[in-house]
Amino acid sequence: MPAAVNERGDPLDTGDTAWVLASSALVLFMTPGLALFYGGMVRAKNILGTMMHSVFAMGIVSILWVLIGYTLAFGPDKGGLIGGLDFLGFSGVGAEPHPAGLGATIPHSTFALFQMMFAIITPALITGAFAERIKFSGYVAFITLWLLLVYSPIAHWVWHPEGWLFKLGALDFAGGTVVHINAGIAALAAIIVIGKRRGFGKEAFVPHNLTMTMLGTGILWFGWFGFNAGSALGANGLASSAFLATNLGAAAGACGWALMETMKDGKATTLGVASGAVAGLVAITPAAGFVGPVGAIAIGVIAGFVCSKAVSLKFRLGYDDSLDVVGVHLVGGIVGALLLGVFADISMNEFGADGLLFGGGVTLLGKQLIAIGATLAFSLIVTFGIAKLVDMVIGLRVTEEEEIAGLDITQHAEVGYSLSEGAGGHAIAPSGPPAHGHASNTVRVPQGGEA
Amino acid sequence: MKVVVAVIKPFKLDDVKEALEDLGVQGMTVTDARGFGRQKGHTEVYRGAEYQIDFVPKIRIEIAVNDEQVNEIVKAIVTSAKTDSIGDGKVWVMPAEEVVRIRTGEKGTDAL
Repeated sequence: MPAAVNERGDPLDTGDTAWVLASSALVLFMTPGLALFYGGMVRAKNILGTMMHSVFAMGIVSILWVLIGYTLAFGPDKGGLIGGLDFLGFSGVGAEPHPAGLGATIPHSTFALFQMMFAIITPALITGAFAERIKFSGYVAFITLWLLLVYSPIAHWVWHPEGWLFKLGALDFAGGTVVHINAGIAALAAIIVIGKRRGFGKEAFVPHNLTMTMLGTGILWFGWFGFNAGSALGANGLASSAFLATNLGAAAGACGWALMETMKDGKATTLGVASGAVAGLVAITPAAGFVGPVGAIAIGVIAGFVCSKAVSLKFRLGYDDSLDVVGVHLVGGIVGALLLGVFADISMNEFGADGLLFGGGVTLLGKQLIAIGATLAFSLIVTFGIAKLVDMVIGLRVTEEEEIAGLDITQHAEVGYSLSEGAGGHAIAPSGPPAHGHASNTVRVPQGGEA
Repeated sequence: MKVVVAVIKPFKLDDVKEALEDLGVQGMTVTDARGFGRQKGHTEVYRGAEYQIDFVPKIRIEIAVNDEQVNEIVKAIVTSAKTDSIGDGKVWVMPAEEVVRIRTGEKGTDAL
């Protein structure tokens, strides 16, 4: 029996709460999945630095979110633009539902936790763009400012019931604008500031281990069920239809990309199928829960086609988006947000709308365009400013020597792969001469330890 | 004494090893190597971007042998590593001034 009730006297639902808690864990798991997805695509000397960009976001964003990020996004509305500071440090975020009715049958703390996992993965998505050349301290400063100044406001606009895009009637089920278009355009802004990798367009930047990327794709696909079906904020028919649309978006994206590259190059590649699955997942994110299964397949296939073309833009336009955040997340996000205006079907979700193909005319499409345009403009400008500021104050980019040596050894004093027994190495004592005088290299152990 | 060095296609290693064992060769050193000759490299495609990869995987074999055995060993390697297609590799022979077996200190042909 449900024990608590919300303000309107509705009982909290244990099933809904259990599903959203489980979905929160699924969404968290996407971030190490992303670390594998990105990690496999970089060169071996940058594997740890690249994975760190995702995994460390799980650390810093969790804390930022509780302290201030959440209240800026979901605190009481201030002019449709930002949340008030009532929930600083998660104060008042407890077993009662969110006062504005976000997740009316689940505890406020459950909703806030679920949203925390979105806040973690979104800045992690950006990091694929400036992979292989960003300084770790610059990355930490960048994502801290970005979360508070870009992510939280846009999440408020789109998902808070008093947010201006929510009230406009633009639809975004699970984060096409807030997560993917936002991260994609922020990636473009950041790489304009940080510049190209040394040798971009001349040297072969070949993925060092695509088996990791394939596993990462599987984990992302799996976790995305929490991302989209969890966004129903309940264990119900809507969650189930969003779940189905999610699977179909990924499946159709993978097939679409593979078909496109088979026609162009004669071969389907594993990286193409992995990229297509992610592109399909990105595009279905805003639309899951508002479209039927056939609409989901159409959106996935189109995203696979379009994104497979969009990833080559960087060579023509000359920007170095290392792991194609722009080509997959920005372009895939726009494809999904626009096609939602075509394939939305109100019979799938009473809070949705009818798109172009379901007799709704171009009304929804127009609202979608406004939401896309507002996200692009705000995120591009503010992210550019943040990147410039960080670059001036602490520096965004590693030195040329560090870039050549790789992020792993220069930023973290580690190597990802140590496969040979012949590498040499000895303990370095914390002070004084080494225990064995002949050693040319020694291991430095913590104070009180024995060398 | 000579050192025979062969660079071959990786999938031919077992055939070469068996051919050498049939001649009584008791040891060899094998290294993963990369290189190109007239075969040149190959093309890889990632997200539609094509890259020319110049150095392709090869296996490098080194064997220290008696002067009398050199010709039959070279012949055995050439026969067993041959596929008749471009990129089969090369064999060359170099003089070895001295060989020492580390465990016993034996020198010269006794150490082979």
